[in-house]
Formats: sequence, C-alpha cells, structure tokens
Amino acid sequence: MASQARQRRSAPHASPAENAALESTDAQRGPASDAVAGDRQGQLRQFYRDMVLVRRFEERAARAYTEALIGGYCHLNLGEEAAVVGLMAALRPTDYLYTNYREHGYAIMRGIDPKRVMAELYGRVDGVSKGWGGSMHMFDVTHRLLGGYGIVGGQLPLATGAALAIDYRGGDEVVMCTLGDGTTAIGAFHESLNIAALWHLPIVFVIINNGLGMGTTVAKSSAEPDLYKRGAAYRMESARVDGFDPVAVHEAAAKAIETARAGKPYLLEVVTERLRGHSVVDPAKYRSAEEVERLKHEDPIQMFGAKLMADEVLDADAIAAIEEEVAGVVNAAADFAANSPHPEVSTLFDYTYATPVPNDSRRLPGEPLFPPLPLPADAAGASAGVPVPGVTA
Amino acid sequence: MTIMTYRQALHDTLRAEMLRDDSVFLMGEEIGVFEGSYKITAGLLKEFGEKRVRDTPIAEEGFAGAAIGAAMLGLRPVVEMMTINFSMLALDQIINHAAKIYGMFGGQARVPLVIRTPGGGGQQLGATHSQNIELFYAFVPGMKVVAPSTPADAKALLLAAIRDDDPVLFLENLALYNTKGDVPDDDTPAEIGRAAITRPGQDLTLIGYSRMAHVAAEVAASLAESDGLDIEVVDLRSLRPLDRETIISSVRKTHAAVVLEDDWLTYGIGAEVAASISDGAFDYLDAPVRRVAMAEVPMPYAKPLETAALPSRDDVIAAIRQTLAAVGHRAVGRAPLATSAPASQP
Repeated sequence: MASQARQRRSAPHASPAENAALESTDAQRGPASDAVAGDRQGQLRQFYRDMVLVRRFEERAARAYTEALIGGYCHLNLGEEAAVVGLMAALRPTDYLYTNYREHGYAIMRGIDPKRVMAELYGRVDGVSKGWGGSMHMFDVTHRLLGGYGIVGGQLPLATGAALAIDYRGGDEVVMCTLGDGTTAIGAFHESLNIAALWHLPIVFVIINNGLGMGTTVAKSSAEPDLYKRGAAYRMESARVDGFDPVAVHEAAAKAIETARAGKPYLLEVVTERLRGHSVVDPAKYRSAEEVERLKHEDPIQMFGAKLMADEVLDADAIAAIEEEVAGVVNAAADFAANSPHPEVSTLFDYTYATPVPNDSRRLPGEPLFPPLPLPADAAGASAGVPVPGVTA
Repeated sequence: MTIMTYRQALHDTLRAEMLRDDSVFLMGEEIGVFEGSYKITAGLLKEFGEKRVRDTPIAEEGFAGAAIGAAMLGLRPVVEMMTINFSMLALDQIINHAAKIYGMFGGQARVPLVIRTPGGGGQQLGATHSQNIELFYAFVPGMKVVAPSTPADAKALLLAAIRDDDPVLFLENLALYNTKGDVPDDDTPAEIGRAAITRPGQDLTLIGYSRMAHVAAEVAASLAESDGLDIEVVDLRSLRPLDRETIISSVRKTHAAVVLEDDWLTYGIGAEVAASISDGAFDYLDAPVRRVAMAEVPMPYAKPLETAALPSRDDVIAAIRQTLAAVGHRAVGRAPLATSAPASQP
C-alpha cells in the first residue's frame, strides 16, 4: 500500500558501504509477527479508531488555532496517524517516550486523556503541563511521556540519559525517542546515537521521515537519504518501515523495542507523509503541483480503512460508528479545554526552582528591585527627596 | 577544621557524597582513567568503578544532555566540563533544557544536576581557553550558579549543589585549585543564594566572586596593613540567585563600592551588581561604583599581553584609591547625607 513516492523513499538501496549489521537487518524484516495474533481483528479495529481519533483531534486543533483559542506554534500529526498509533501500541505503560514538538497524537496514544491534551493547547490549568508548555511541550509523568521538545534534536541527549538511568538501576524499561527526518542532520543526533551504542543503552530512536524538514526535502538535507542506514556508523541495528501501515509500524517497533530491552539500541525509520504544512499557518507553497495532487489521493486512514473493509474487518456502519464515537471524544475535549480556567498570575513564580532558595527573584516587570526610599520629613513638599548641596530648603 | 587545598576539598566532597548516596555519579571527559584534567576525580574510578565514574566521549552536548535525562529519572549526576569554554558546546542542553524542564512542564520533572567547571585565564592558554562566561548561565532563570572562592565554600557549596533538585552550574577556577584554607569537618551545606561578608569594614565595599573574591580578601588585608583602610569584602558565592540584600546593606553602610570580576566588563556580572547598587543604594553613594574587569579582547597568548588583560591586585588597589579619593572629594560638599541618611533608613 505504499505510494510511489514513499516506495521511492522506502526502497532499500543496495549499498556497498552497508555493513553486516545492516544486511542482517534487512534479512530479518520478515512476515508479520504473532504480536497481533490474539484478537487480531479487534486490534486492527482499534488501530483504525485510534488513527481516526488522532486525525479528528488534530483537525479540531487546527480549527481552534484559526479561532485564536490556541496560540504559539501548532504542528499537527496529520498524515502520521499510522506511525503514531503503531509506535505507541508497541510500548509498555512503564516504558518512556521522548518526542519533539509534533506530539499531540503521541500524547493521546500514550493514554493521556484528550481533554488534558486539548486543555494544554488552550493554555489552561488542566492541561498536561498546566498551561506552561503549550503545543510543543507536553509532559505527563504518569503516562511516562517525558516531554515534547521544541528545539530540534533537544530530546535526543535527554532520552539517551533516561536510558542511562534505567541501565544504572538495572530496570527493564525502554526509552523510545522520536525525531523528524531533518533532525538527523543535527550534532545531537550523532552524539546521542554514539553514546547510546557505546554504553549499550535500552533506547529506540525513531525517525519519523515525512520527507520534509519544514520546506527542505530529505535529499537536500541528508547526504545519506536512506536515513536508517545512519545506524551503521554506530554498529546499531536499524530498519525502515512503511509509515502508512500501522500493523507494519507496530511490528517493526515491537522488534526494535525488544532489541533495545536486551541492551542493544535500535534505529527505526518510519516513512510517512505530512499531509499539510509544517504548522497550521504554513500553506506549503514549496510543494510541487504533482505532489499536492498525489497527496489528495493518499491518506493513511482512507487506505487502511479500505483495506480493512476489503478484508471484512470493518464495514461502512462500523466506520460511521467510529467517527461518531471519536467526534464525541474530540468535542468533549474542546469543551473541557474551553471551560478549564486560565492559570492565575499569582502562580507565575511557582516553577522557577524545585528547591527553594533565598533571593530568588519574584519581581514583576514594573516593580523596582528595592522599595523606593521614603522622603525625608523636611522635604515632603519639595520636588526631590534628596538634599542638594548648597541649596537650603 | 582541616587545612586543605580547594582541589582536595572538591575531591573529598565528591567522594563523601558518592558514599552517602548511590544515586550520585560522575560523568565527563577524562575523569576516570585519566583522573581528571585537573585531578579533582583522582582515585574515584578505582574506588567506585565505571558505573559511577563514567568517562564520556568528547561530546559535551551529548553527555550534558544525557546527565539531564538521567537527572529527570531521579539520579544525581555531577558532570565535569573540562573547562567552562567547552560548556558552550552544551549550551542548548543546559539553557534550553536543564533550565527549562521544571518550569516548562509545570513542575512535573526535576533536574538535580551539577555541572562543575573551571573558568579562569592566566595560564597562557589563548583566546578560546581563558574565558569567564558564567554570565551565560547566571542570566537564565531556572539555573543556579555558584562560585566558591575558598576551600571551605568549595565543600559547602558543592554539598548544597549536589543535594539541590535544580540544575546548578558550579564554577571553579584554575587559579584557585592550589589555594589552601580551613575546611570544616562537618557536612553542612551552604545556602545557595546567599553572599558572605568575608571581612567586615566601614570604608568601602569590595565585591567579588570566585578568583576575584580571593583577590579582594588579599587586597583588603594588604591595605589594612599598609594604609589602615577598613574595607568590607562581599563574596557573592551565588551568581543566581544574586544576594542583592547583602550587597546593598553593605554599600548603605560604607557608601562606596568597587566590583571585581574576571569576565568582560560590558554586560558582565559587575554591571548587574552596579545596577543593583544604583537601585538600592543610590542615595547612599559618595562615589560612582567602579568595576575592575578583564580587558575586552580575545585573550592573547603572549605573557605580557595576557598579564595586562587580566585584572591584577594593582588594578584593584588603584580602583579603591580612586574611589576613596572621590568619596573624600564629594563628602566635602554633602557631609549631612553620608551621616544622616543611613540612620533614617533601614
């Protein structure tokens, strides 16, 4: 079901530079695992429903943004629903997720109530980050979403350190760290993968390759456009998967996570599409007419839905029921967000420091550092409070 | 009390904290097998093993960030940046992440991280290895920055930094490592955010931190001997938070201030101190606040040029004499202010 464009980007290249680890990687990309054997149909329906939830949530966020209910930047997961759902389904609740600023769908699929995700977008106290983070900085310690991060590449060293902490304590959790295709060009990518491999840390780096870093193509930003091959530089096992197929993503992620849990970090490239602009306000005029036309006919939800209907897993009634249920969830999230209070200004200084210290500044912009000195009594009627040498009152 | 070097105080404190708390571990370049570029971590790899004394690749951004991530999960990493110059490779992780994580996520994650790093010039290391850029970190809310000038403070502030749940930049100085002083035997942490009056006096307030607080103490002692001057020395100790109250109450008493810093003057730490004095002690000043800082050049290698660029004891003494001369000059025409104003103000 991969499109020509994604096939072109996902086709494994025979490269003489490939090392043994990579060859074995390609060889190991076998048939479906039995991870979904139990209630396979139920899981497929769940995948579809979750993809629809991410889609409708993001569409609602876009609407709220244009209505000025959401501020700042707003990056959506539109087109990446299969990737988000497949990846998140493969994590245990005790595993950790670090991600970037395009993370609303990840937050929801980690199990966070969509109401709290939407409330964060609205900047309200019931938001996942209490209104301090916004679209780019969602965090929930209970669901082990250890942050969306707004600086490209910023999450990679942090995620590596979280994996170090797990290893230090001898735990069996895994860290998943997602990043965009553009992030593979930043120094933190190299430093983090190198450290993770050197120290055998339980971490999966997942490149969400939607083909564009803002408006710059992978071909223009990476000298090795087959991004998964970057793993070879660190002798790190790696693979590429079609990000329009939630089942394939889930299987690839499960294998990557299993590998990482055994102390071998893993690099997974998920090839997908960004159906809209970089953020809500980006009209994506850099895209060619052909690309725009192609994307009109490519939609992971429609494609997955059609497949499930052909396989008689879903029918039109079931799809309609899913849409209705999801609309209820999304509407409830928007209502909840709109009714959640704004944070009180009195809480402005609550989160500068975790350990209180003396002389921590709590000064609002218009306030002086020190209270003005009282005027001397004998100068109360004068324009200045300070005696001027040579002038008698 | 035990007399020891600043280096020994740091080493012993790291070791004691590692013995006290299993979650304390060390990371950095050449801290293990090589025992540290300045030997602060000598012997610790042998005692604690590779898990807790972790040699890193040359990847400041990567290992600083890894320490932050480990701290988010509750470990207490103490990172050694070989010199503060190299910490600029990790600015994104320290400023955009360590300093932001607690606030940006609404208080859900703490970052109990210490970054130890020496600043300082005077070793003929040239432009890129002789900087004092603690200002970068002291500028940022969410960071704590401490700068001990004595072995006793090296211990007490390191104890405080390791036990604190926020990211602390712990500024050391190449010129201080071999200095000696009394160090208390008990493990009482200092309070981050408090300056110390290390020498009380009446004539002028001399303010410094790190190496320049050490210089300030020496100069004050020397001028007491030679000129009978009674200079009060304020050691800032903490650059963020900055203890303005201590600075201001001292200047309201002495009516004059000279600020010493090893960084560049324009926009430097001293500028903030001088501005704070203007805000809180304007009516008490009998002379303009003077700053003694490094010459505003990339540090040259050649010794005479380097020496000229760094603030010296003579530079400090000259600034004190000029300030006191100005006090004498101005006091002639406005004697009532200097004597009456402090009495009427708290």
